[in-house]
Amino acid sequence: MPLKGAWSVCSSEQHARLYAPLSLYAHWSLTAAQVRRAYAVDLLVAGGKPAQRSRFICEQRLGLSTMDLSIAAILLQDGITSGAIYALLALALVLVFSVTRVILIPQGEFVSYGALTLAALQTQKLPGTCWLLVVLGVACLVAESARTLRHASSRRRAWRTLPVLAGRFVLLPVAILGVTQALLQHGAALPLAVQVALALLIVAPMGPMVYRLAFEPLAEASTLLLLIVSVGVHFALVGLGLVMFGAEGSRTTAFSDATLTLGSISISGQSLWVLASSVILIAALYVYFDRSLSGKALRATAVNRLGARLVGIGTAQAGRLAFLLAAALGAWCGMLVAPLTTIYYDSGFLMGLKGFVGAIIGGLGSYPIAAAGALLVGLLESYASFWASAYKEVIVFTLIIPVLLWRSLANPALDEGEA
Amino acid sequence: MAHLPDPQEPAQGPKPASRLPNTLSHRNTLMKRQVPGIVLLAVILALLPILPHPLHIPEYWVTLLNYIGLYALVALGLVLLTGIGGMTSFGQAAFVGIGAYATAYLSTQYGVSPWLGLVAGVLLTALLALCLGAVTMRLSGHFLPLGTIAWGLSLYYLFGNLEWLGKYDGINGIPVLNLLGWHLESGRSIYYLIWTFVLLSVVSVQNLLASRPGRAIRALKGGGLMAEAFGVDTGWLRVVIFVYAAVLAALSGFLYAHLQRSVNPTPFGLNHGIEYLFMAVVGGVSQVWGAVLGAALLTVLQDWLQNLLPKLLGETGNFEIIVYGILLVLLLQYARDGVWSYLARWWPARAPAALIPAPALPQRRKPQAGETVLKVERVRKTFGGLVAVNDVSFEVQAGEIIGLIGPNGAGKSTTFNLVSGVLKASGGAVSLCGERIERLNARAIAQRGMGRTFQHVRLLPGMSVLENVALGAHLRGRAGVWRSVLRLNRLEEAQLMAEAARQLERVGLGAYLHEEAGSLALGQQRILEIARALCSDPLLLLLDEPAAGLRYLEKQQLAGLLKQLQGEGMSVLLVEHDMDFVMNLTDRLVVMEFGTKIAEGLPEAVRQDPAVLEAYLGGVDDPVVVEVGETA
Repeated sequence: MPLKGAWSVCSSEQHARLYAPLSLYAHWSLTAAQVRRAYAVDLLVAGGKPAQRSRFICEQRLGLSTMDLSIAAILLQDGITSGAIYALLALALVLVFSVTRVILIPQGEFVSYGALTLAALQTQKLPGTCWLLVVLGVACLVAESARTLRHASSRRRAWRTLPVLAGRFVLLPVAILGVTQALLQHGAALPLAVQVALALLIVAPMGPMVYRLAFEPLAEASTLLLLIVSVGVHFALVGLGLVMFGAEGSRTTAFSDATLTLGSISISGQSLWVLASSVILIAALYVYFDRSLSGKALRATAVNRLGARLVGIGTAQAGRLAFLLAAALGAWCGMLVAPLTTIYYDSGFLMGLKGFVGAIIGGLGSYPIAAAGALLVGLLESYASFWASAYKEVIVFTLIIPVLLWRSLANPALDEGEA
Repeated sequence: MAHLPDPQEPAQGPKPASRLPNTLSHRNTLMKRQVPGIVLLAVILALLPILPHPLHIPEYWVTLLNYIGLYALVALGLVLLTGIGGMTSFGQAAFVGIGAYATAYLSTQYGVSPWLGLVAGVLLTALLALCLGAVTMRLSGHFLPLGTIAWGLSLYYLFGNLEWLGKYDGINGIPVLNLLGWHLESGRSIYYLIWTFVLLSVVSVQNLLASRPGRAIRALKGGGLMAEAFGVDTGWLRVVIFVYAAVLAALSGFLYAHLQRSVNPTPFGLNHGIEYLFMAVVGGVSQVWGAVLGAALLTVLQDWLQNLLPKLLGETGNFEIIVYGILLVLLLQYARDGVWSYLARWWPARAPAALIPAPALPQRRKPQAGETVLKVERVRKTFGGLVAVNDVSFEVQAGEIIGLIGPNGAGKSTTFNLVSGVLKASGGAVSLCGERIERLNARAIAQRGMGRTFQHVRLLPGMSVLENVALGAHLRGRAGVWRSVLRLNRLEEAQLMAEAARQLERVGLGAYLHEEAGSLALGQQRILEIARALCSDPLLLLLDEPAAGLRYLEKQQLAGLLKQLQGEGMSVLLVEHDMDFVMNLTDRLVVMEFGTKIAEGLPEAVRQDPAVLEAYLGGVDDPVVVEVGETA
């Protein structure tokens, strides 16, 4: 019985599945309100083994019809964990926006790809993403070759540049495919660290390839046009996700089985992994972009592409680097969250959007404020799922409107296209 | 001070005068090419009503045509909102949902007539769109589409979770529509209703766009600041077209509910919202007919893909979105204007409407010679610690041309913006014909009789010269959206157009009425801006560096025009760099440096003023002659 977690995408047929476990509770002759609340808590804390956990929760907590401290603490823990994931996604969004002005709607697809690639590796299957990487690479090579051969000046150097491009765009993906296949045929289960590294190696290069194919030809276009392109890329990647992984969801094994007990609350090792990696990555990105010269150079490309190019910053390289980091961060988030909740091919989208709400609170510019905003979203969602679990998406996404309004009044931009 | 050649000249020179005959012969070839287009149009229009009944095409095609009609209604709203108004919405599907759920709920729960359901759906949608629009239409740039994603998702989850809307199962058993005794039960019969709605909506949008509010709507995208300066309430207009687009979506939802006879949340989700936008982009997002074309292309493509892809991939699923996504990206990279722009070549171009003689518009009482038109008293503007304008005072009398000059960064443009209401003064007073205006916004100041031009020409390049100028008369018309849609505005339109044509004749552009404004040379575009300002029947003309980037001859023509206007009693305040230009033209000069007025008086006197020479030439003893006119 696939039990969907706190980050669920509810299409109608999935929703039917989601409510199925309610029949379990009927055995314990509970009122409807108690069942709903139990289910909400269940959704939040059900870790690797939902049936056991939900039974445990029913027995432990169902006498309680109101919020008490321990439920509050569970919700807090859950809110912080999901908030940390959203914060990482918010970070990637801010990173990409501040370098390329692209609002990266497909960020969520990298999350799904990361999680489902890892899940495929754990079940000894060759993930479809390996093949997608090869296809994207070939498309990039075609696009790059066409550009090289169009201009006489670059055509003369084509015999030197084309092999390099072929190596980067085709040989590398094929090598990754070969290595994955070889490791899987080896038979024995791979160590988790190798699986994670492999999944990152497969998903992260898709970032720059997507940038090359979809966004680089439009790098000078308005933010609005880039946003529509971004939505187009999201459509294509979600559909490809369905082709590669099917409609079934997957879970992966946790990074760590350890639990930390603080008084009456137990904190799972996975939550600690989530928190620690978020804090470290946020700090690292903040230092890189605010303190180092190359980080500042990246930011300069977003403010003024021409100016950046005049002072010798490669704007195309900057964009590809930003997309590489975003895809890697996304895949990493997917792998962090996959042990906590079942991930479907389209689960990443809503997670990415919640990261957005956080990023927008920070005005798509500030890393620490974006992270704080994302944490707020996580907490709001967590408590909303207790009080009004069906409406938590409504609550979270309605929050964005006052935030957007405040943002756009705080720094009114000129009309698009005005001088 | 001799005029030195302008380094920018070659790039901005006017186009050769021989281009008019060229355009005419071009039109003739267009006419020939358009014949198949006219035939095609006639065939389509003749076939549309007889397809389902006398011809009895298969049920499959009727269904497809019904869906094309439903989607076209929503895409049409998006053309108005996104293509023409410049605001992107991913959330239209939610409005379709409100229209569908309103009639579904009322007709199944209370058994009321579906037509009451239609009214309720439209009212509810309009109300919600008004509230959402009032909040989200103020969002700038990319924040707005993100906001539409947010409420698109929220409304979807709301439909799916409300007990009384049947949650994710939706509402079944919606009654059949009954139109004057006709039961529209089959797809064949509701077909007529759907396509009547579509054609009426297309005509309504076309009527709207060809009217006074329509010209203002077309100015929203890229011309917001300019439109405000001619009294257009751009914020309100944004909300109006947002509501209009939402109501079109709700109509589509109403028809959908009675075609399907059941509703559930799935077709009103974000994905469908994105697909609607996609239809508009494919068809041609700034073309009214592009919406219908895009809906047709995408519906057929979707149907084909839904058959093909599962066979190819061996499983069922929503795979067509892959093709959509890739197609959308490619279209935006290679054909941003959509498919319609290719077809439009074979389409009969609308002949420019002939000017109908109409009674002249009423004019304001003009100040008599010697009356003070503009009085600026100790006006001051600070940005943080920087004093950009420091207690500057001057006056403009009726019939005078006053030049406001000074070196770069002297605060001329800031002063100009304080007078025209773009910026709010930190202190001091500005009055126009005795009325204090320093607290008013640009729109209110325009209403009180100030017409202006812009330093960087702000025209709507795709619109005709005549329509651009008619925008200047926005405040002299009354017709709103309703009257324009119903074409009750004909007399007023004729008056506005006649006035615009009169002003164009006055400035000497009478030969270019129906040219595209973007095809004029820079000098002509600047003159066009003056005609547009004149069209607002101003008491005072405010010109922001009108000679910047002009060639010598063009400058002479401009000076001649301004002298002519002065002769007709117009008062002019102009900000300029170019000493030569202002010396022979103006009655008095006000010279600024570092935000302060350093001299005022007759051009000859100002020219000898040591402070002015110091400011411009870096000291009287300095022998180097600096050209001050060419640093635009």
